[in-house]
Parts: sequence; structure tokens; C-alpha cells
Amino acid sequence: MSKVVDHLKGVFSGDAQADRVVPPSGFTARLTSFAAATMAFLTVFALALSMASGRLAMKWGDELTHSSTLRISAPAGQMADQTAAALRLLETTPGVATARALTSDEQRALLEPWFGPDLPIDALPVPQLIEIQETDEGYDAAGLRLRLQAEVPGAVLDDHTRWRKPLQQAAGRLRMLGWVSILLIGATTATMITLAANAALAANAQVISVLRLVGARDDYIAQAFVRRFTLRALAGAAIGTAAGLIAVMILPAAQEKGGFLTGLGFQGMGWFWPLLIPPLAAIVAFFATRAAARRALSELT
Amino acid sequence: MAYGYGGAELLSDISLKLSPGSFHFLTGPSGSGKTTFLKLCYGALTATSGEVRLFGQDVRTMNRDDHALTRRRIGVVHQDCQFLDHLPIADNIMLPLNVSGRDDLEDVANLKELMGWVGLGKRGDAYPPTLSGGERQRAALARAVIMSPDVVLADEPTGNVDWEMSQRLLQLLIELNRMGKTIMIATHDMNLIRAAKNNVQARVLRIANRKLQLAGADL
Repeated sequence: MSKVVDHLKGVFSGDAQADRVVPPSGFTARLTSFAAATMAFLTVFALALSMASGRLAMKWGDELTHSSTLRISAPAGQMADQTAAALRLLETTPGVATARALTSDEQRALLEPWFGPDLPIDALPVPQLIEIQETDEGYDAAGLRLRLQAEVPGAVLDDHTRWRKPLQQAAGRLRMLGWVSILLIGATTATMITLAANAALAANAQVISVLRLVGARDDYIAQAFVRRFTLRALAGAAIGTAAGLIAVMILPAAQEKGGFLTGLGFQGMGWFWPLLIPPLAAIVAFFATRAAARRALSELT
Repeated sequence: MAYGYGGAELLSDISLKLSPGSFHFLTGPSGSGKTTFLKLCYGALTATSGEVRLFGQDVRTMNRDDHALTRRRIGVVHQDCQFLDHLPIADNIMLPLNVSGRDDLEDVANLKELMGWVGLGKRGDAYPPTLSGGERQRAALARAVIMSPDVVLADEPTGNVDWEMSQRLLQLLIELNRMGKTIMIATHDMNLIRAAKNNVQARVLRIANRKLQLAGADL
């Protein structure tokens, strides 16, 4: 392990002379950087997706677990009485923190996406909604339903369970998909850098044989290649990450009404994670090139 | 010690010890195995039977790093000299110092002197592909001796240079020999061998019929 650390140090401190022994190869260099940049760009999005769906799963979980809705459908004349009865009943129910009847403005806001503004809600037989906030212990849903049936016949209790489970599950799957994508992107980066390094090693067979003839150790030769590819991957990934972050930043900001898609992005400490992409790409490149160089060198005399 | 390619033995029953400070010529017809013999001497090839020891260490037991360290003590001039074509010739001659982590000022002064000696004093900035065959051989010789190695193995080092230059190169090798270095030169050039014999206690080895013989003094 300490040998690896020494090598990593060598990669960054560098040896100008050792760098020069490998001829500059403009085109492959640009391809390697381009591949690293593309992969970093994709990683930023996969990361944003993972974190957004993670946040969403948590949000849905939190909000929906501790809230439920009571819907009262009654003839216009009895609506006020039944609402008052239901509120009284809820106030005496253990496990209910607060219960609040939605005002007609709030109800109109809920319906607006479907019916548009200026809906004459008072003229329509719209059920009255009561928002219930639970305490951490929660209430006994079955017991509450029985009591409601007796005292408020027009009330229907919805504790959100049937919505919450599949949504949370979907968000969880989406997050896992994001992480799997990141792993695959990392593996692909390693593959591409290995191929590029192999091509560079093959193209420089004469350089390697001259270096061996004058007494260069394998580590010295490998280092020249490893350093080059690691720095290319680092630079490429830095550019790709920056581009990805800019793209995420100019996505429409998260809105109440926009729902899930506009929430794709980073929040708070989340902005820290993409900054790990360039160093991780460099580490992947380091090990991929080192393995390729050692394999190639051990096959030569 | 013996060596063969694909079942056919090229060299057989060879037994030789190069004592430190000796000066040898290696002659023999083309294809007799002079180059192969030199490669066996610096560990680029491993004997198919028998044992080769370099500085007391059995080649078979040496790992790749041991080989690298051994090559720092053996300067080799190939017949087809290869360089790093993207670096100026001066950097190429310095290469053995760079790869072994030795490139101090004293060596830079040596480099100038050495390049002057092999007639490349004004060609330091030229790139290897622009050099003539003779210049390449001289550069390769300079590269082989810059580390002041214990042993210099040269394969036809004077093949492409004129008589006067071959005398200069020979002089360089003789000077190195006087400093205690072991020298082995593979050559066809009998005149070169005669010229050397006037200045140095040189032995002539001859490869013929797959055997290595010590040639008589009557060249």
C-alpha cells in the first residue's frame, strides 16, 4: 500500500525528465481527456438523479407518514355540522397532533391544476377536506374509522399508505439505478483508459526497449505512462464535471408545482459530492494504466 | 553454456570468463552468432543450457529490476542503434543517467567532453532521425559509456564510420580499458584489431562452427 502511495505522490510531484521519455501523442491524449470528460458529465447527472430521488423518497416518507386526510361528503346543509363534529372527534383522538379544515381558498388551489382558476367552488358539491397531523406514535386508524362511522357518516379517512408505499419504492429504485449507473460509468472509464494505455504502450514499443537497454526499471517506464494518463483523466473529468454542474444549475429550479422532475439537482452539502468525480476518475486512471503498463512490460524482454 | 533458436543450436559448449579490465575482440563470419553471444553477455537472452553469470549473479535468478540494474553497469552498442526519436541526441546520450536518477552538473560537463570526443559536439540539438549512420553509431557509443560502466559491449561500433573516426572511437575504448573497464568489441575489421593490438593487451575470440575459440596471435 505504501508503494501505491509513493507512486501516487510521484504522479503529482512528477519528474519532468521521466515525462519527456514518452513522446507526446496529441490525438490519443485528447481522446482520453474527452472520454474522461464525457464520463464525468454523465456521472454528474447520475449523481443528481440519485440524490434527487433519495431526497424525494425521504420527503414523501416524512410528509405522508405523519399526515392523513379526512374527506367529508355531505349535503350542503349538513356540511358545517359534520365538519365540526369530525374536528371535535379528532381533537379527542389520541395520536392526532392537529386537525384543521381546509379553507375554501386552499381547496380551490388544490383543484386549480385540473379546473383552472376562478372556479366557483362554493357552487359545487365539493367535499370538505380536513388535514390531520399525527404525533410520532400515530393513531389507531381502524378505531378512528369505527368512531367516524358512528358519529360522522359522511367522513372517509385516507391515511395515505396505499400512495406512500409504491412511491417510496419507486424513488428507492430510481436512486439505486443512479448508483448502478455511476458504477458502470466508472467501469467504462477504466476500460477506455486501459485500451488507450495499451495502444500507447504498443505504439511506444521502441521507446520501451531503448529505455530497458539503458537500464530503466519497469517502475520508471510505467510511471511515465501512468502519470500522463492520470493527469489527462483528471483534467478531462474536471472539465466534464464543471460542464455537468453548469448544466444542472441551469435546469429549472425546483418548484412546488413542478413535482419531481424540476427537483433534479443538488442541494446544500450535495454540491460537494460532484467535486469528488475528478479525483476518483484520476484514481481509476492511475490503477487502470498501472495494471496495463505492468502487464505490457512483463511481456517484453 | 549453449544457446539455440528453435531446436537448432547456434552456439554450443561455450565457456568463458571475462576478467575485469580485459579487452576482447570478437570475430567470426556473418551469422556465426556474434550478436547472439553479446546478448547473452548482457542478459537480453538466456542460455538454453548451462549457466551465465553477470557480476556473479545467475541470469536465471535475476528479476526484471535486477536486469535493469545490471544494464547500468554494462554499456551496450547495438549494430542498429535505437534512440528516442523525439528527444535531441544530447538528451539521448544523457538517458542512462536520467533513468538511473543521476544527472548532476558534473555529468553535464562530461557529456560535453564526451560528445566532442565522438565528433558530435555541434550536433547535440539534432534529432536522431536526422543523423547519419556513422553519427548514430558514435552517439550510441557515447550513450553506452556515459555512465562509466564496468563493461562495454560493442557490436560493430565502427561499421559505418571512416578510418580516422574508427581510430578515435577505438582510442576512447582503449582509454576506458585503461581505467579498468572490461571491453568486448564484435567486429569484422581486422585492421581495427591490428591497430588496437599496438596499444592494448587485446585478446581475440573467434566464433566458428558454433564454438568460441581463442584466436592465435598471428593476425
